[in-house]
Amino acid sequence: MSVQTISSQSDAAPRMSARSRDMLLNIASPLLLLSVWEVCARFGFIDTRFFPAPSSIITTMMGMLSSGELVTHTVVSLERLAYGTVLGSIPALVLGIAMGLNRPIRAVFDPLIAATYPVPKSAILPLALLIFGLGEGSKVFMVAIGVFFPVAINTTTGVREINRIYLDVGQNFKASRWNTFWTIALPGALPVIMTGFKLGIGIGLVLIAVAEMVGAKSGLGYLIWSAWSTFAVEQMYVGLFVIALIGFLLTVALNELERVIIPWKAE
Amino acid sequence: MNHPSPVPPNITRQAEPARPAIRIRDLTKRFGGLTAVDDVSVEIKHGEFFMIVGPSGCGKTTLLRILAGLENVSSGTIEIETPHSQRPVNSMIFQGDSIFPWMTVWNNAAYGLKMRGAATATIKEVVGHYLERTGLTRFAGYYPHQLSGGMRQRVSIARAFANDPEILLMDEPFSALDAQNKLLLQEELLRIWEEHKKTVVFITHSVDEAVLLGDRIMVMTAQPGKVKALVEVPLPRPRDVMELQKTPAYGELIHRIWSSLRDEVQRARQQEATKDIES
Repeated sequence: MSVQTISSQSDAAPRMSARSRDMLLNIASPLLLLSVWEVCARFGFIDTRFFPAPSSIITTMMGMLSSGELVTHTVVSLERLAYGTVLGSIPALVLGIAMGLNRPIRAVFDPLIAATYPVPKSAILPLALLIFGLGEGSKVFMVAIGVFFPVAINTTTGVREINRIYLDVGQNFKASRWNTFWTIALPGALPVIMTGFKLGIGIGLVLIAVAEMVGAKSGLGYLIWSAWSTFAVEQMYVGLFVIALIGFLLTVALNELERVIIPWKAE
Repeated sequence: MNHPSPVPPNITRQAEPARPAIRIRDLTKRFGGLTAVDDVSVEIKHGEFFMIVGPSGCGKTTLLRILAGLENVSSGTIEIETPHSQRPVNSMIFQGDSIFPWMTVWNNAAYGLKMRGAATATIKEVVGHYLERTGLTRFAGYYPHQLSGGMRQRVSIARAFANDPEILLMDEPFSALDAQNKLLLQEELLRIWEEHKKTVVFITHSVDEAVLLGDRIMVMTAQPGKVKALVEVPLPRPRDVMELQKTPAYGELIHRIWSSLRDEVQRARQQEATKDIES
């Protein structure tokens, strides 16, 4: 009879944990891309009129930062995004929960949402400009429209997917309509609603950039558009970079928020 | 608020009227062309631990859901005696996971009291008491996903008892648990129940469980569910689940109920088989 020994060698002293290796690679990959870009730009492998060297983009960004120009545009865009998100998500939540809990309401609004949802939101911009004019209204409206659909649809789904037994419990313990809403429907649907929010804010960010390109005098979309008309390519890249950064930071923030407000979600 | 304290004086129990706690008369429930419960009549006494056994699909859960007010009747009547007007009529312990994943153990157990606007002090006292009785005090701040299946079902028990209803309804509450946990929870349930001896209607498909816990057992037929037999369980209380299983009286009861149930289980299986062929 022979005894097989399972060696613990491979597990004993890993040179680096998988997690820290991932982190290193995460940081290394964009840095590598930027270096290759920089080298290509310096040696003339790529046309710097369209792809200016990262170093020159950074220099432009520093200048725009110290002049306060970049901060102003960023703040304006973020404000519009915030107002639009609030204005779009509140009716979406109310309608979504009503549709989730009430069959006739669902029957009324389902076809309306199904018909309007596939319309590309950017195609509504001219109409928004007609109705709300060139001011803040049209920008905020565009964001609100973008946020509304995913939040409303996900809220309906979230409420409908709540296990039937929880509603039975609410009924058995004589929960009022109000309490059914606050203690069962809303918390039960919250994980799915959060996914809707993440989607919605992503769409909102796209739409705010588009809306600011037409008939705006401020904001990151305007910044990019005016850079095109003056052929200030570095400035254009700065605008793109800031939008990308906002998108990234919002995702991180929303994931963090989700962890805080949905503590029951199993890790 | 004059909420009854967790341990009320014995006087209230002696003053109870001699009328039954629950009177079910000619109860029938149809779902479309399917008769789930067929002409059931039975009276359940105050403080009785009443068991319903039957093959799966015999309408026993439907019967319990009707008692809980979660389903309407097709015909017949149900009367539930409610001598204490401030008490809720019933609380149900559901089959499977029914505690809210988004609430802590404490908030789950307090749910019924909160929904009927009990005073904070009352909630604190009553919920504290039942969490202690179910061994969950240490876990009051935990979320259900951090607990085992047995502990989650204890929360469900605490929630129903803390609501202090006239009658307790239990729908196969231990069917999803493993054998060891089941035994532990049966013992705990009996211990907690002994405090107040509330009227219980308990559904199970396990004959052992029916005999271990019940005062009386109603055997139901395969679909459509009718009353096949009513069997008294003259075993003394308080019961020790482990000891009880060694006594001859226990074995004899199991045998009696099984012989009454066996044909029905066979019939239910044939129904299932024909359904499979048809579909």
